[in-house]
Amino acid sequence: MAETRTLRDAVAELVHDGDTVALEGFTHLIPFAAAHEIIRQGITDLTLARMTPDVVYDQLIGAGLVKKLVFSWGGNPGVGSLHRFRDAVENGWPRPLELDEHSHAGMANRYVAGASKLPFAVLRGYRGSGLATRTDTVSTVVCPFTGEELAAVAALNPDVTVIHAQRADRDRNVQFWGVLGVQKEAALAARRVLVTVEEVVDELPPTPGAVVLPGWTVDAVVPVPGGAHPSYASGYSVRDNAFYRAWDPVARDREAFRAWLAEHVLSEGTAN
Amino acid sequence: MADAADAAHAADAAAEFTRDELMEVNAARALARARTCFVGIGLPSTAANLARRTVNPRLVLIYESGTIGSKPTRLPLSIGDGELADTADAVVPVPEVFNYWLQGGRIDVGFLGAAQVDRFANVNTTVVDRGPGKPEGRLPGAGGAPEIAANCGEVLLVLRHSTRGFVRRLDFVTTLGHGYGPHDRTRLGMPGRGPVAVITDLGILRPDPATSELTLTELHPGVTVAQVRAATGWELRTAERVGATAPPTAEELRELRALKAAGRSEA
Repeated sequence: MAETRTLRDAVAELVHDGDTVALEGFTHLIPFAAAHEIIRQGITDLTLARMTPDVVYDQLIGAGLVKKLVFSWGGNPGVGSLHRFRDAVENGWPRPLELDEHSHAGMANRYVAGASKLPFAVLRGYRGSGLATRTDTVSTVVCPFTGEELAAVAALNPDVTVIHAQRADRDRNVQFWGVLGVQKEAALAARRVLVTVEEVVDELPPTPGAVVLPGWTVDAVVPVPGGAHPSYASGYSVRDNAFYRAWDPVARDREAFRAWLAEHVLSEGTAN
Repeated sequence: MADAADAAHAADAAAEFTRDELMEVNAARALARARTCFVGIGLPSTAANLARRTVNPRLVLIYESGTIGSKPTRLPLSIGDGELADTADAVVPVPEVFNYWLQGGRIDVGFLGAAQVDRFANVNTTVVDRGPGKPEGRLPGAGGAPEIAANCGEVLLVLRHSTRGFVRRLDFVTTLGHGYGPHDRTRLGMPGRGPVAVITDLGILRPDPATSELTLTELHPGVTVAQVRAATGWELRTAERVGATAPPTAEELRELRALKAAGRSEA
């Protein structure tokens, strides 16, 4: 039933002002088209969670829709800084950005706890790091069996998780492969799940190493070919590294960024 | 002190290879005996891929995107480029790479870059102090580094040598190296040995076995102790006998340049 929905309708139904939203995808399968639809609808006061904010959150932050960021590495991979993210943190433009900052291991385990519906996860982490002094979602717990003190990280349960996958069938079963990231955990931790896919097929072919999210764990599937660009979908597209490099001068300048947003996102029908 | 002969030698060397190439070649050599390496993006990735083409063809590259045993034919721009997964022995979800593989103690060497390093090889990649009345300057953040540095058998750091990078006092401790001395890692229950070398474009620093303080142990061809001291933000100690790194071989330079050329051509 859900696959006939448009991206506009699915985003309007599942993502609301004030939500905690995770748009996940570790370099691969980043749901850019869905993010652009959130920007077009002006859904605001969001708490965004993502291990690697990437260009996708640079755009949402620059658009002024984000009040808080939960993350572990905020750069443009291989290129440099995320300038909209930095401008928000350093100068409060276009609005102040609250941070909840972690290590990758901590963030990954926060999603694992969320998917497991446990209040927290344990790891040997954050030892000697100043990170724990800047967040209330890291603490310690003593192992009841060995007495070892371990880091505890609070579960992360987004209101909605948005991911991009290679394909789904008509029963909304979702299949993705290649770099798997933390999408399975982020989806199972969330209250609502929106998936964009490269294509909807009659039957999912068995694929080595693929993760399948059964249709009953997903609220909406929307076909959006190329919906991960400038990220990529293994088997369908390659990472547009030239876009990531070209983003740097656009994001450095507030007016250049606004012009880019107006031309490539806010004008209807140019989702990527 | 640089005398005329040193200066002449430096000029010769500069004609043959760059400071960055000295850093990258020596970083690759440091992986000669490792079985597995957790690879950060940028300089560490260049070094680890060069090691696979020169001193250690069987080196297992593990990227935090969950690709285990990647054998890329060109340098990836990001840690999640498709080729890393396509050429891997196994691709696992991100929580698994951190929990089962890294925390599980299966990785010999963690290879990291850094924005700031102090004399005990602690690392800052979070924020920099820009002076009174100014907001903190924002850096990318921790990524995988705190747990990589804690859990790998040992850690290599690679970064260019400057007083901006080698600071008396970190503005923030993102990743613990040796804390404030030789007992801090044990006290904190860190499973691995921590940083064993910092490889720069001027030479190599290693922690003193007695104090854990970084000490200049090797200079690259054409570099003087004075140059390294001038590029270090604290009173850098030097080993009793400072050695010299061997100049890059023709094979090392050929492989390094081929790797970089392939990385550029895809962009």
